[in-house]
Amino acid sequence: MDYAAVDYFFIYFSVFITSQAFCLNILWNTRGLRSQLKDSVPVTGLCPQAGPYGVQDSLRRGFSSVKNELLPSHPLELSEKNFQLNQDKMNFNTLRNIQGLHAPLKLQMEYRAARQIQRLPFLPSSNLALDTLRGTDDTIGFEDILNDPVLSEVMGDPHIMTEYKLGVL
Amino acid sequence: MATVSVCKYYPGGFSFDNCKRNALLEADISKLGFSSPAARKTGTTICGVVYKDGVVLGADTRATEGMIVADKNCSKIHYISPNIYCCGAGTAADTEMTTQIISSNLELHSLSTGRLPRVATANRMLKQMLFRYQGYIGAALVLGGVDCNGPHLYSIYPHGSTDKLPYVTMGSGSLAAMAVFEDRYRPNMEEEEAKRLVRDAIAAGIFNDLGSGSNIDLCVITKGKVDYLRPHDVANKKGVREDKVYGHPVTGSYRYKHGTTGVLTKTVTPLNLEVVEESVQTMDTS
Repeated sequence: MDYAAVDYFFIYFSVFITSQAFCLNILWNTRGLRSQLKDSVPVTGLCPQAGPYGVQDSLRRGFSSVKNELLPSHPLELSEKNFQLNQDKMNFNTLRNIQGLHAPLKLQMEYRAARQIQRLPFLPSSNLALDTLRGTDDTIGFEDILNDPVLSEVMGDPHIMTEYKLGVL
Repeated sequence: MATVSVCKYYPGGFSFDNCKRNALLEADISKLGFSSPAARKTGTTICGVVYKDGVVLGADTRATEGMIVADKNCSKIHYISPNIYCCGAGTAADTEMTTQIISSNLELHSLSTGRLPRVATANRMLKQMLFRYQGYIGAALVLGGVDCNGPHLYSIYPHGSTDKLPYVTMGSGSLAAMAVFEDRYRPNMEEEEAKRLVRDAIAAGIFNDLGSGSNIDLCVITKGKVDYLRPHDVANKKGVREDKVYGHPVTGSYRYKHGTTGVLTKTVTPLNLEVVEESVQTMDTS
């Protein structure tokens, strides 16, 4: 589930619907591609000390301290967490430069629609439509082999997760 | 009993959960004087050469774990596609998994395009993956194959840079092998000459580098045919224990020949025994 999705896709959606002029530059930096990548790594997005059970996980994350929480545990951790996001941004930016603003807008609308096709919140979804749009349905990567979410050992409590999703928690 | 109340979705792939714990352990263990287990490396000599009709790839067969030989006959030439093979040096697990993933992706890609895959495609996939992981995947590869544009040979470094060359060597024995190549390589060789050259280069790596040893494997790729010669040459043959001396098996036998100890006197006393009582006790076999 995409709780952490950066929500400027939603802004795109509303822009499209209200058919504003397409010269809005507030969302795309004109500084160039490299700045795009740097801005997209959220420092505050690092996992907090709480493990899956709500208390701090000393065995895996070590003792809780400010330094521990600010720094990632591995240089690759942040880049891997945001890899798909950064790839998408780069591709959309290139597409916008080549074909105009309409192309990424249309595609992002389709992505948004495909991302809404999910199973119940506590079950893993296949995301087949999203994979097909991205073109990753005929590639195999480490995310398919290692730590497959289908084989995850922990599962959320179904009642609580549905209540959380519906907002009545 | 505690249950996970709101489980965030973890998308899969590498998990960095244990990195902090490992860093703490590393620091503490070295203070106590122990050392953490070393990953199995292939500490290797691999090389490849382009000749008239195709590509010859060569590799030794020793896998080391620190200072110990972990595998005396491991296979370092991995299959990528029917016309493309890849030798791997560096961490054994990394080369194995990387080549398998790229092989699967290339197979799916070729099914999707309907054509025989090209070596440049495999090269591009490998370099993009290795760059994504910034050198933490320790796989140094020699990729070679024959496709519709002819024979190609690439060397790929763990950080993601590649070179397209007529002859390449990688691994800890690469300097020894490159010395042989630089001396005797010439363009458009015949197959036998190319095989001899690669064999000599790998032998130079085997005899002059501690991290390489055992046999020499060769893979000759031409248009439409692949010869996987394993082993092509057993350079380091293990010695055979002397088996028989004077007709008696010697290994593990503690028998002495008759007459080793001289006999002085011999006395024979027969024991006459007669059966007094015989009783049978049944066993409970239920």
